[in-house]
Amino acid sequence: MERVTDRQKILIVDDSEMNRAILADMLGGEYEILEAENGKDGVAMMRQYGPEISLVLLDIVMPEMDGFGVLTTMNKYHWIEDIPVIMISAERGSSHIERAFELGITDFISRPFDALIVHRRVVNTILLYAKQKKLASMVAEQIYEKEHRSGLMIDILSHIVEFRNGESGLHVRHVNILTAVMLKALLQRTDKYHLTQSDISVISTASALHDIGKIAIPEEILNKPGRFTPEEFAIMKTHSIEGAKMLEALPAYQDEPLVKAAYEICRWHHERWDGRGYPDGLRGDEIPISAQMVALADVYDALTSERVYKPAFTHEKAVDMILSGECGTFNPLVMDCLRDCADDIQTELSQDGFEDRSRRERRNVARELHKHEELTASERTLELLEHERMKYSFFASLTEETQFEYTLNPPCLVLSSWGAEKLGLPETVMDPCEKIQGQAVISQSDMEDLADALHSTTPGSPVVQYDCKLHIDGEERWHRIIARASWSSEEPPRYTGCIGKAMDIHSTRLELERLERQASHDALTGLINRAYAQERIMERLEDRPSGHYALAILDLDHFKRANDTYGHLFGDEALKFLADRLRHSIRGGDIAARVGGDEFLIFLEYKEDLESTIEGIYSRLAGGDYQGFPISVSMGVASTDVVGRDYETLFRCADQALYVVKHSGKKGRYNYYHKDNAVDTAASAVSPIDGGRKEDERKGEEENK
Amino acid sequence: MTLKECYTALGGDYDEVMGRLRSERLVQKFVLKFLNDGSYQLLCDSLAAGDREEAFRAAHTVKGVCANLAFNTLLESAEALTEALRDGKPPEAGEEALVARVKEDYQRTRQAIEAFQEGAGG
Repeated sequence: MERVTDRQKILIVDDSEMNRAILADMLGGEYEILEAENGKDGVAMMRQYGPEISLVLLDIVMPEMDGFGVLTTMNKYHWIEDIPVIMISAERGSSHIERAFELGITDFISRPFDALIVHRRVVNTILLYAKQKKLASMVAEQIYEKEHRSGLMIDILSHIVEFRNGESGLHVRHVNILTAVMLKALLQRTDKYHLTQSDISVISTASALHDIGKIAIPEEILNKPGRFTPEEFAIMKTHSIEGAKMLEALPAYQDEPLVKAAYEICRWHHERWDGRGYPDGLRGDEIPISAQMVALADVYDALTSERVYKPAFTHEKAVDMILSGECGTFNPLVMDCLRDCADDIQTELSQDGFEDRSRRERRNVARELHKHEELTASERTLELLEHERMKYSFFASLTEETQFEYTLNPPCLVLSSWGAEKLGLPETVMDPCEKIQGQAVISQSDMEDLADALHSTTPGSPVVQYDCKLHIDGEERWHRIIARASWSSEEPPRYTGCIGKAMDIHSTRLELERLERQASHDALTGLINRAYAQERIMERLEDRPSGHYALAILDLDHFKRANDTYGHLFGDEALKFLADRLRHSIRGGDIAARVGGDEFLIFLEYKEDLESTIEGIYSRLAGGDYQGFPISVSMGVASTDVVGRDYETLFRCADQALYVVKHSGKKGRYNYYHKDNAVDTAASAVSPIDGGRKEDERKGEEENK
Repeated sequence: MTLKECYTALGGDYDEVMGRLRSERLVQKFVLKFLNDGSYQLLCDSLAAGDREEAFRAAHTVKGVCANLAFNTLLESAEALTEALRDGKPPEAGEEALVARVKEDYQRTRQAIEAFQEGAGG
């Protein structure tokens, strides 16, 4: 696990061990050498180490994947932009060399090579790329620096205006934040205004300048504590046009997006949707969206701040006042945005501090940089990444779980080392969907279900739990997969892959199944027990209200005698024998259960002819003997057609029908419950049926002896 | 037997390899390592099995190793065989002679290195 990280890494991809050894020997003193014996292994190592690899020395003719295949893959995933490749080959054809250069190699060295030349070119290429990376991070620093400084200048400028105005100094910052939050909400709702992330950043920065025109307003009007006279108000209102004029008078920069946005905002942030604002009386979308947003932000912040003439309103009150039109009419869409992000606004404003602000700025810079493909990860980022990777692999090595990371593009699965060994897969699998299928670790349908589940998560709730069987070491074992989908931070978010782990829950699951079975099944006969049968019968009755059903209760005649004569073990065997017959006597969808003692029940559905169904089952069930003990069965049947669909009633009536058989002196028969039996019902209601019947039966059997 | 004499015996160019790799230690190390390199065996096996694609790669590797070490005699015969096997060409008349030459040159190279190894005391 431990790796030397301070020496730069060179990856040698060559199928000849001799060739790799010669190169490694020549370079090993100064660099850490990684070796791969074919193109595929080489690609897997690049996936694993990424831009940590400072240089690749690549052969052309190799098994599995040749050097051109490696270059094609590096192009496909844009690795060739970060990792320089020197090709070393005995191929001399100029078409080979040309093709290799077209695929982005930095240099080509023919075999046999001169040790000094190889060494010199390796050093040169690594230096060149290191310099380029350093330049890239310098540019990043400078962009950040520049954005930071211009943000600072704008802050200073707008605060001059604010302090002259006697305001708290927070207003500009609040308007800035509110504008950005609402523009993001707008972007989620519609692309009508063709806004990009960079537009949002420009508009929210420019929003700080919305009141610069107030510089031109006389101080006694600006800071007058009481109400304005109509004349004073007219002067006050000129601040919008004055600000716009200042910006217009700037000699250069007229094409700067920031200046354009600031102009729109200064001039039109007091316009209203219905055309009743000032200075130009624009209406609807004649007002640029930048000015519409700042107008709303301006009003919201004025409402929620304390002023000389009013207290600070709560967030809810302010939103209510705006939505009800007390502060002028706004674009309905913009008001929807205010509603959408009401919560975000409160969080953002309350979290706003200097640190948050600079973090937000840096986030913007990061986003900008991301757009410049030629700029690669800075050294600092790589260090952080390496640290995280070290942390991850350490924790991963401590647990006996298969941890994985899947990226959609390029399609690649990285497994923790423990997991890779367990599953018999390499730690890095390119195009895993095909390969894992090939090895049948997971079934196609489970794989698809899992992918569906992950794709249908949201950034807000990205976690999926999925139980399925994995095929490991020739054995199917239950696993629980917990995975978290990764969504990109852009709008709308994109699914980019997932991270997760798979735990072996096979024994837990089997134990659970065993317990469930134990709770629902009779230990002696393996039939389901009375309680579970009742549950399932009631489900059936409920599921199909139009179905015809019958419930039969049966017992083994002279069972007590079997116990007494041959012993209880023999009795148990006889019951098992009958249960087995019962299992084979019923039809596919029927339910058979042991009620208790020597009593069993059958629940079945019938179409028209119940009699022949019962006769069929009974004839398979009764008759013959078990080791000399005659299998004589008595049975009572009740049908939903006669007694209705209540389970308790069905059970009681079937029991009564059985009682009638037992007491008619005609044991070894079956009997249907008829309405006529109702008399018996009344009679037996006097004493408990079960106890009474058993008592009588015992007497009867005594007599039969 | 010196390393230079070994090169003469196997038909290689000692001065050329020293000019490129610049260290007698390095050259000697890899000359001895040649005895353990599996490419030649892979070449013979894949020819016997009729796998011409694998045979091409193996011949190509033998050629590359010989080029690096300036084993010029074996290099020439391995190069000729490599070209005969390139792009999955069907066997042509005379290929057997090429194979026989590679085998002969390989044995000569091997014997020379083994003799050098004994002389070098192990």
